[in-house]
Amino acid sequence: MNDVLPAGVERREIDGRERLATRGDPVYGEPTDGEWRAWDPRRSKLGAMFELGMETGLEGGETVLYLGAASGTTASHVADFAGPTYAVEFAARPARDLLSAAEPRPRLFPLLKDARKPETYAHVVEADVDAVVQDVATRGQARVALENRRFLADDGRLLVAIKARSEDVTRDPAAVFAAVREELETGYEILESRRLDEYHADHLGVVARPR
Amino acid sequence: MTDTDGWFAAGDPDDVDALAAAIGDGETDEPRDWPERAVDAGFAADEAGYYDALHEASLVATRAAVEARERADDRQLVHAVRAMDDCRRTANELAERLAEWAGTVDPEAGTGVEYARELAAREPEPGLERVHSLAARVAALADEADDLRAFVERRTPAVAPNLAALAGPVLAARLVSLAGGLESLAKQPSGTVQVLGAEDALFAHLRGHAPSPKHGIIYTHDAVRGTRPEDRGSAARAVAGKLAIAARIDHYSGDYRPELEAELAERIETIQARADDTGGEGGE
Repeated sequence: MNDVLPAGVERREIDGRERLATRGDPVYGEPTDGEWRAWDPRRSKLGAMFELGMETGLEGGETVLYLGAASGTTASHVADFAGPTYAVEFAARPARDLLSAAEPRPRLFPLLKDARKPETYAHVVEADVDAVVQDVATRGQARVALENRRFLADDGRLLVAIKARSEDVTRDPAAVFAAVREELETGYEILESRRLDEYHADHLGVVARPR
Repeated sequence: MTDTDGWFAAGDPDDVDALAAAIGDGETDEPRDWPERAVDAGFAADEAGYYDALHEASLVATRAAVEARERADDRQLVHAVRAMDDCRRTANELAERLAEWAGTVDPEAGTGVEYARELAAREPEPGLERVHSLAARVAALADEADDLRAFVERRTPAVAPNLAALAGPVLAARLVSLAGGLESLAKQPSGTVQVLGAEDALFAHLRGHAPSPKHGIIYTHDAVRGTRPEDRGSAARAVAGKLAIAARIDHYSGDYRPELEAELAERIETIQARADDTGGEGGE
C-alpha cells in the first residue's frame, strides 16, 4: 500500500504501532519519533484517505491550496511533504492555532478568508496549483469545490472530504453524497470516492480532476 | 493596486505592513502566476525569495485579522457578561465568608453584599482592619459587577438589537456567551436555544437518566417564568423560536424589527390564556 503515499509521508512505528508520519515541528502534542510526527487519521480526513489506500495522485512537493485548514492539524502535515501550501480558514479562533503551525513552516501561508469567496484570496494564491484539498464544514461543499476550480491546474487533483451533516443533518448521508457527487461532476471528473466511516462518521472522501 | 495586481504590488518586500494590508483587503477574480510575476516585477530575486516574503506577510496579515475579529463587539460582550457573572458570584461567596467572620466580633453583624457595603463605609475599628478590608473588597467587586452590567446593557443593543429587545440586554448577552458568539447563536436551531444553559440536564436526558429539559437560561425570561408550570414548555418553545430568529436577523442583517416583540407577546398571551380556560371550567 506504500506506493500510494507521497514522498515525505511514511509508515513508521511510533508508540508501538505503525502509523502514518511526516517530518516537521509537532503541532498539537502528537507522538513523535525523532523528527517524524504521527499523522492521526482520526483527526484528519486526508490522513484517513491515505490510510484507506485511496489514490490521491500526490507525490510530494506539490503546490497546494488547502480549504478549511482549521487549527492546522492536517494542513501542517501537508506542508511537511508538499511545496508551497496556501491554508485558508474562515474562523478566527482556530486560525490562531493555524498561525502557530505556520510559523516554523516557511512554505505554509495562513489566510483568514472565506472559501466561498475565492475572489478575496485570488490576489495571493497562485494559479495552477497541483492540488486543492478541501475540508470545509459548511453547506454547499460542492459549490465551494467548483468555485475554487479556478486555482487548479488542468491536470491537478481535487481531494475533498464531504461531510454529510454539514449539508443536511436530517437526510440520509448516502443521498447527500449522491447529490454532492452529481453537482461536483458539473466541473470535475470523479476518479475515486470512498466513505471514510472507519475514521470519520458520515464523511465521503473524493479524488477528482478538473473537466 | 488594480484588479490584475497581486498582493505584492502594494509595496517593496520590507514594507510588511502595507503588504499585509493588501493580503487582507485585496480582491481579484482570477489567480495568476504570482511568483513569476513578482520576480519579473523585481519584487523578489527568485521564487524562493518571493515565498519567504509571502510567508512573513501572510503571518502578519492573518495575525492582525484574527485579532481584529476576536476583538469584535460580540466577543467583547461575551467577556463582559462572563466577567459580570464571575464578579457577582465571587462577591456573594466572599460576603458569606465575611458575615461568618464579622459575626464573631460584631453582635450587630448582618449578611450579604449589603452588609459588606455598610461595614466598608464605617470607620475601621482598631484590631478589625482585616475584616474591614475584606468588606471593602466585597463592595468593590459588587461595584465592578454593577459597572459590567451597565456596560452590557449599553452594548448589547448595538451588537444584537433584536435579541436585546426580545430578551433584555443581559439575557441576550448570556445567550451569545453560551453559544460562543453571535454567529454561532445565529446558527443554532431554536430547540438548542431553548436549552442553552441546561447542558447538564440535557446530557442526563440524552443518556436516558432524565426527562428532556424544557428550558435553560431562558427560564429567566418573564414570559417563561411568568407562565404556569404546565404551560412553561410551550412558552419556552415560543420564546426560543423568536430568539433564534432575532439572533439570525442580528447576525445576518442587523436591522431592528420591532414586530418580533409584538408577535412574541401575542403568542405568550395565547399560551397564558390556557390557564384562564381550564381555571373557568372546573377548578379543584
